[in-house]
Amino acid sequence: MRRLRQDWPALALAPAVALLALPVMDLPTWIALTAAGAAMGMMLFLMAAGLTLIFGLMDVLNFAHGAFITLGAYVAASVMGALASWVGADDLARNLAALAVAVLAAAAAAGAAGLVFERGIIRRVYGAHLQQILITVGGMIVAEQLILAAWGAQPVQVGKPVTLRGSFVLAGAAVEKYRLVAVALGLLVFAAMQLTLNRTRIGLLVRAGVENREMVEALGYRIRRLFIGVFVAGTALAGIGGVMWAVYQELVTAAVGADMTILVFIVVIIGGLGSVGGCFAGAVLVGLTTNYIGFLAPKLALGSNIALMVLVLLWRPRGLLPLAR
Amino acid sequence: MSDDVLLRLAGVHTHIGRYHILHGVDLAVREGRLTMLLGRNGAGKTTTLRTVMGMWRASAGLIDFAGAPISGRATPDIARLGIAYVPESMGIFGQLTVRENLLLAAGPAGLHPGRLDGVFAIFPVLREKLHQAAGTLSGGQKQMVAISRAIVEERRLIIVDEPTKGLAPAVIGQLIAAFQALKRQRTTILMVEQNFHMAQALGDDVAVMDDGRVVHTGTMADLADDDALQTRLLGLSLASHQ
Repeated sequence: MRRLRQDWPALALAPAVALLALPVMDLPTWIALTAAGAAMGMMLFLMAAGLTLIFGLMDVLNFAHGAFITLGAYVAASVMGALASWVGADDLARNLAALAVAVLAAAAAAGAAGLVFERGIIRRVYGAHLQQILITVGGMIVAEQLILAAWGAQPVQVGKPVTLRGSFVLAGAAVEKYRLVAVALGLLVFAAMQLTLNRTRIGLLVRAGVENREMVEALGYRIRRLFIGVFVAGTALAGIGGVMWAVYQELVTAAVGADMTILVFIVVIIGGLGSVGGCFAGAVLVGLTTNYIGFLAPKLALGSNIALMVLVLLWRPRGLLPLAR
Repeated sequence: MSDDVLLRLAGVHTHIGRYHILHGVDLAVREGRLTMLLGRNGAGKTTTLRTVMGMWRASAGLIDFAGAPISGRATPDIARLGIAYVPESMGIFGQLTVRENLLLAAGPAGLHPGRLDGVFAIFPVLREKLHQAAGTLSGGQKQMVAISRAIVEERRLIIVDEPTKGLAPAVIGQLIAAFQALKRQRTTILMVEQNFHMAQALGDDVAVMDDGRVVHTGTMADLADDDALQTRLLGLSLASHQ
């Protein structure tokens, strides 16, 4: 109850922003922008959830996180290309199956790349933030070049499944169908993460490790193995985020991960470093404000997320839902 | 005396960065007894405990547990030998409930109802706090959780670092009663303590450290009876802390 009393203002922030936006635009516009903001928020959550867990548990600042988003996006492009007949079929089941295969393939590829990255590079810089920043920024550059070598320098088209194209009308507002899929997947992943973290022994260990790694080891658990698992899961989630973003944009460039990295870090900082619930709340908040400001004051759109982060940190210096340490 | 030694340190040196903290620690902890590690601030007591747990690596010397060497082993491997560690900071997971804190300490089989009842017999207040976030407890209750984690599973050795630090006298009295209950169960305990009333009430054996070395070993009773020795070793006498 005490926790809820502390957290409710932070949890109410995104709904409050949505309600505040309602009087300054007509209802159909508000519905369309809110749906767009929620979908963007869910995709940002998918991309950022792994980063916040990796920081919270492992104390690793992974500036190469965007590379796993890019990898996921390119894998999506390849899978959707290979499954063109499913993607192009006017059949929801086949369309969703194609998307599911892309999600699974991207998660596997990004997770495998994450394993190699953790074993090869990250484990050498545990506890050293400066080295982590230098080596992961370098890793990001190398990964981007490797992706260019594999997929070429030209932007790659990504097929959006036929039945997920276009919009449907809700109270006079056009809502893109694909955005519903993004919201559903985001909610599903959030629920799965909450269940894993709160109802399983692995989740218990992760939550304990986020608070006090040394004590987890003193209780007899080899936390380094947990580190590897969390890093792989975190990079796999980034890959899934990359798929959803690539299909949404219908075009992939090698810079997609780097472009998203700033937003992803803003989400993680707003939410509170290491906090999955905070990451979710932060992602929805960033998604909504980006869309509202983009409509109301397009010239301010570029800086609105930075301004949002500054305001949130002035109010709550450790983020919306910080972890107790 | 050597036959029933559970933990033995011989000539243990520890460096932390460029600082040389332990300068050849020799220590024997006997099975079924409570060994009190005393000494002034900065004498190396906490470093000794952390070195035993593998949190700092011994740069020289031997650490044997139950006759087998453990120096150089990783902390989780040392803990799995049946050694529980209660750090000075208590190491409570504040976001987790009391039950989850205990569950983590209980190992893969989960919480055994009998052991849990044993914990509640020593710390009855924890029964009603079981589903409360540990971070919301008072300092004394947090220490009870920390000690409960050490005893919720059968251990061969419990290492406790300054359990009374920052606690109110009434809580210290409860902790003394709790450790006396553990002593009746013949639990082997190695404890660092600055509260001399607690040290005298609980200690069977005593080792006094100074400048990274053990400078005196013996029984607590002998030290308690010798004011001159106390003053020489600790700079004060136990009698003045009654």
